[in-house]
Amino acid sequence: MITFMNNSDSEEEPCNERTSLMSAESPPVPSYQDGLQASEAGEAQAHRKRRAGSSRGPNNITGGETSGSGVAVRESALENEEEELTLKYGAKHVIMLFVPVTLCMIVVVATIKSVRFYTEKNGQLIYTPFSEDTPSVGQRLLNSVLNTIVMISVIIVMTVFLVLLYKYRCYKFIHGWLILSSLMLLFLFTYIYLGEVLKTYNVAMDYPTLFIVIWNFGAVGMICIHWKGPLQLQQAYLIMISALMALVFIKYLPEWSAWVILGAISIYDLMAVLCPKGPLRMLVETAQERNEPIFPALIYSSAMMWTVGMAKPDTAARGPSQQTWDAAEDGREHLRSPSHAESQMSETRSPVPPRPVTLEELEEEERGVKLGLGDFIFYSVLVGKAAATASGDWNTTLACFVAILIGLCLTLLLLAVFKKALPALPISITFGLIFYFSTDNLVRPFMDTLASHQLYI
Amino acid sequence: PAFGLFIFTIARDPLRIIILIAGAFFWLVSLLLSSLIWFIAVKASDPQDERLQKGLLIFGVMFSVLLQEAFRFLYYKLLRKAIEGLVALSEDGCSPISIQQMAYVAGVGFGLMSGAFSMINLLADALGPGTVGIHGDSQLYFLTSAFMTMVLIFLHTFWGILFFHGCEHRRWWEMAAVVIMHLTVSGLSFCNPLYVGSLVPSYLLMAAAAAWAYLLSGGSVQNLRHFLLCKC
Repeated sequence: MITFMNNSDSEEEPCNERTSLMSAESPPVPSYQDGLQASEAGEAQAHRKRRAGSSRGPNNITGGETSGSGVAVRESALENEEEELTLKYGAKHVIMLFVPVTLCMIVVVATIKSVRFYTEKNGQLIYTPFSEDTPSVGQRLLNSVLNTIVMISVIIVMTVFLVLLYKYRCYKFIHGWLILSSLMLLFLFTYIYLGEVLKTYNVAMDYPTLFIVIWNFGAVGMICIHWKGPLQLQQAYLIMISALMALVFIKYLPEWSAWVILGAISIYDLMAVLCPKGPLRMLVETAQERNEPIFPALIYSSAMMWTVGMAKPDTAARGPSQQTWDAAEDGREHLRSPSHAESQMSETRSPVPPRPVTLEELEEEERGVKLGLGDFIFYSVLVGKAAATASGDWNTTLACFVAILIGLCLTLLLLAVFKKALPALPISITFGLIFYFSTDNLVRPFMDTLASHQLYI
Repeated sequence: PAFGLFIFTIARDPLRIIILIAGAFFWLVSLLLSSLIWFIAVKASDPQDERLQKGLLIFGVMFSVLLQEAFRFLYYKLLRKAIEGLVALSEDGCSPISIQQMAYVAGVGFGLMSGAFSMINLLADALGPGTVGIHGDSQLYFLTSAFMTMVLIFLHTFWGILFFHGCEHRRWWEMAAVVIMHLTVSGLSFCNPLYVGSLVPSYLLMAAAAAWAYLLSGGSVQNLRHFLLCKC
C-alpha cells in the first residue's frame, strides 16, 4: 500500500501541476465580467458562457481545476438580461449538481459501511508524515496541525508549479501528467476497490475475469474522460473516480488530520480563488488573457456538450493522490458560472470546431453547471468520515449530507449574485464540519435518550 | 409513504427539491439548538437523579417542539422573501411556485428530516441481531416506532400547510393550533409503552389536521367525491 501510495504521491505532484496547468490550457471562456471577447471565438464562448452563466447561479461550476484563479469566471456583461433567466434555470442546475454529489456520497458511504478495508488503518500517505498514535492529546493535535501544513504546502507548491507551467506553455507536460494520473486512478484504484468489495462479500473471481473487467472499465473510462463519450457515462466515470479518491483519502488520512485538513483546504480555497495574487486566480486570468479555455480537467459538467469527450483532465487529475489534489484545487477554485466552465470545457474538448458551429451547438445544449472534481472528493471525504467514525452513525451522516447540500445551494446562489468563479468548498465544508461536530456531540445523546424512551419531538 | 410522497410530488420540480432540503436543514438546526440546551441542562444537573433527568427530558422535548415551530416560522419568512425574489425575476410576473406548494414542501421537508432522525438508527439496528426489547420492553417496538414516525411525518406536512396558511392570512389562532397540536402529540408520546395512549390519538389528530389542510387548500367534499368516483 505504502509503496504504491508513494508512487502515486509522486505522480500526484506532476499531476497537480498538470492539472492546474491543464486548466490553464483550455482557453478560458470569456468571463461574464469580461463581457467583450477579443475574438469571435471568445465571443461565442462568452456568449455561451453567459447564457449558461446567466441561467444559473447555481450552475456555477465549481471549477475543479486547481486554477484557483478560475474564480474569475466569465461574468459577462450580459448578466442583466440573463439574470432574469438565472433563477429560472437556477433550480434546475442546482439539482443537476445535487444529483452527482449525492450519488458520490452514497457510493462512498455505502462502501465505508460495508467494506472493512477502508476503515482500517494501514499506514499513512507520504503527505502526512506525522503519526497520530501519540499518547497525549497535545501531541496528537500538534501532529495533525503539522500534517495539515505539509499537505497544504504540497498543494500550494503544485498549484504554483502548474501556473508556472501554464504560463510557459508546457502543455504537453500537463497533458501527459493528467493522462498518467487518470490511468493510475482508473486501473490501480479500481483493482484495489474491486478486490476489497469481493473480499467483503466473499465472492470468488478468477484473475482472467478480473483482468478483463478491469481492462474494459479502465479503457472505456480513459476514452470517456479524455476523448469523447456519452455524457452520462462520462459523468458516471467522474463520479466513480471522485468516490475512489475520497475513499483513498478516508483510509489514509489519520483522524484529526483529516478534519484539520478539511478546514484548512476550505480556507486555502477561499484565498486562492479570491485573492488577487492567488495562484488559481492568476491561472484563470492568464488563461483569459491568452483567450484559451482553462483546462477543463477535473471538472464535472452536468450539461451535455457536444464536445463532451474532453473530460480528461478531470480524470487524469484524479489519479492517485496527486490528482486528488489537482482536482481538489481545481474544484475548489472554481465555482464558476456554468457557462464559463462549459465553454471552457467545450473548448478544451473540441479544439477545432468552427466558432459558429460551436456556438450553435452549445446553445442547443442545455447549459450545465460545472463543478470541480476536487469539490466532489472533499464533500465525499467529509461525509465518509462522518459515516466511518461517528458514533451516532446515520444521524450524523445525514446531518452532514444535508449541511453540504445546503452549502452547495448557498454557494450557487452566491455565484448567481456575484457571477464570478467562486470556491465551492468553504461554505459547504464549514457547514458540514459544524454539523458533524455538533450532531455527534450534542444531538446524539439527546436522540438516543429520546429513542430509548420512545419519545417523539 | 412519505418517500412515495417525495417521489411523486417533489422530485419533478427542482425548486421544490431545494425547498425541501432547506426545510430539512431548518429542522436540523432547530434540533441542534434544542439538543444544545438539553445538553447544557443535563450537564449542569445531577446525573444521578432519575426524576430530574426525566423532568429535564420532558423539558427538552417541549422546548424542542417550540423551537421547531419557531424555525418553521423563520422558514416561512425566508420563503416569503424568496417568493418575492422569484416573482421579480420571472418573466411573466408570477411566481413559478405558489406559497401553498412551498408550505407543502416545507412541511414534507421538516417531516422527512424528523422521521429520518427518529427512524434511521432504529432501522440500522434492526439489521443487526434481534435484541431489541430483550429487557422486557414491548414487542411491538419496531412496529409502533414505524407507525409513529409515519404519523409524525404526515403531521409535519399538514402542520406546514396549516402554519403557512395561518401566517399568510394572519390568523394567529391557526398557528397557535398547530403549536398546540405538536405539543400534544409529543406529550402523548410520553405515555409510550402504553401504545394505545399515543398512537390512536395521534392518528386522530392527523386525520383532523389532514381534513383541515385539505379544506384550506381549496378542496372540498365534492372534489373528493369527484376524484374518487371519476377514477372508476
